[in-house]
Amino acid sequence: MSASLEKGVSVLKEMIDAPIASYFSSCVHCGLCAEACLFYTETGDPKYTPIHKLEPLRRIYEQEYTLLGRLAKWTGLSKPVTDDELEDWKELVYNSCTMCGRCSLVCPVGNDIVYMVRKLREGMAVSGHAPEGIVGATQRTITVGSPMGVKLPAVKAQMKHVEDETGIPIPLDVEGAEYMVLLSSMEIMNFPEYLSAIARIMRQAGKTWTLCSTAFEATNSGIQIGVSDLAKVIVSRIVEGAERLKVRTVISPECGHAYTALRWEGANLIGRPYDFTVKHILEVLDEFRADDLIRTEGVEEGRLTFHDPCQLVRRGGVFEQPRHLMKMVAEDFVEMPDAGKFNWCCGGGGGASAIEEGEALRLKAFQRKKAQLEATGATTLVTACANCRIVLEEGLEHYQMAIPVVGLTETIADHLVEDRVA
Amino acid sequence: MNELQLLTWVRGTGLNIAVGLFLFGVFWRLIEIYGLGRKRDLSAPRYAQGASGLHTVFRRSLPPPGMLARSPASYIGGYVFHLGLLVVVVFFAPHIKLIGDLTGLSWPGLPSRFVDFTAVLTLVAMLVVLADRMTKPLKRFLSTFEDWFTWGVTFLPVLTGWMAVQHLLLPYTTMLALHILSVEVLLVVLPFSKLFHAFAVFGSRWFNGAVNGHKGVPV
Repeated sequence: MSASLEKGVSVLKEMIDAPIASYFSSCVHCGLCAEACLFYTETGDPKYTPIHKLEPLRRIYEQEYTLLGRLAKWTGLSKPVTDDELEDWKELVYNSCTMCGRCSLVCPVGNDIVYMVRKLREGMAVSGHAPEGIVGATQRTITVGSPMGVKLPAVKAQMKHVEDETGIPIPLDVEGAEYMVLLSSMEIMNFPEYLSAIARIMRQAGKTWTLCSTAFEATNSGIQIGVSDLAKVIVSRIVEGAERLKVRTVISPECGHAYTALRWEGANLIGRPYDFTVKHILEVLDEFRADDLIRTEGVEEGRLTFHDPCQLVRRGGVFEQPRHLMKMVAEDFVEMPDAGKFNWCCGGGGGASAIEEGEALRLKAFQRKKAQLEATGATTLVTACANCRIVLEEGLEHYQMAIPVVGLTETIADHLVEDRVA
Repeated sequence: MNELQLLTWVRGTGLNIAVGLFLFGVFWRLIEIYGLGRKRDLSAPRYAQGASGLHTVFRRSLPPPGMLARSPASYIGGYVFHLGLLVVVVFFAPHIKLIGDLTGLSWPGLPSRFVDFTAVLTLVAMLVVLADRMTKPLKRFLSTFEDWFTWGVTFLPVLTGWMAVQHLLLPYTTMLALHILSVEVLLVVLPFSKLFHAFAVFGSRWFNGAVNGHKGVPV
């Protein structure tokens, strides 16, 4: 057994807790989880069955934590997990799993399958079986500061650009501000309209806010690749920044996994609860709406639909807020079939969009989203995750569907009654 | 050993061994699984109606939207044979009498013709889910020896019980002995196979509901 494999197996042994033991002891091989997974429904290939993706973890559980499994291991009757096997499983654990968690919603015995995928990735990464694309993104986040290699000067350049465009100063490192705003590098590189929207919305709401020079990047590919040590380094930057600036609330940007990393995993990674609260930008906007701090006028033309980012809705509990906000700016708002917590993934979550060799499969799986969209007849697709947005744009382009994809925050900002400054 | 001696053995020593192994096995497995514990979640919880472990224990008994159409054999076959097993095991008068003799507990049974009918329905439903497992590529891919074996171990007690009552194939005494023997095999196999879902299902649903309920998502 190679040293890295040994380390991987020992990490997996540590990962196994009562829920995982219970889940593996409950599975009856009914295959219903496959029916909930877009990689199975769109390919019909049984190897994409979610519970099957966990086979190496299941065997380690059986061999290490059950009486009969230990007996089988001791007598040499059971097959040990090997490097070759984990290499084969890479495609199943990363390329064909976006950690969307739809399988966890349908399993009749109640198995939280995505909970286990997250844990299996820890062992995969340590033993050297994580895909190049996510490994690179994580390395860049650790060494440079962001997965796309964005550094502070790039952020400052964008701040300047937005200041010129809106005439609103962009605060940086302001102590005691109510909100600390984070960005995803996707927003810095591809969607500058997000920062501009924030500036205009905050001005109208009359709220104090700031960016942080040591923590501007929200995405956490450490979570996606499955290395808690690195995920902890990344999340600690944000915690230190927020505590240094004494902000009350940190706003997670339009990025699903960033929200999961910061809102649900962060405190567990650093081993203590935060001194501040974490909210997704849509939660903040909905509070502003409810408190009558922002007012909009006019509506978007055509028919709009909303794509629920998995990590925000099914895995994050932010369900009502986007609906309230959509109704502010859309007269003709239609839900997709399966909208809400049963929505289908864009196909690029969980780091999958960073895996080049997974592109063909991703585009095939996109047929599910295509069908959902066609059922609505929508002319504009709104979402609240920059990664979903890029993946949706790629998919729509591939299938030659001329539907623009926009972020909800910027759409709200576009309709602000700008003269009503609080 | 003639059939009377076999019947005496399965009703005495055999039953004691099987029940003993069953109780030990269940106890052992529960400790083995739930003794592992889990870490406290340090993130700030979000409260939402219907989002908790207990909710999920019940909610997950119903098919989520769209799922029934995707796999009708799993759901309909599954419901019929699980409820059927419940009826024949718990509401058949001779079973109630046996449990009464052992524990002193008693409750009213259902008419034997209804139980008979349910047994046949259960057998048919089990054959349907078996056929589904054999013919559907997805299920065949997932199936291991354990899946076929545990199906047999569950099917035989129902089949032999029904045949004993109907006086089919073998003399009543022999069939009854085989019936009890097959139940004993089931009792021994249950804790150490996927049949343990009969117990673990509650813990699994509860964990899933609690972990996601912490995030305010009713699952």
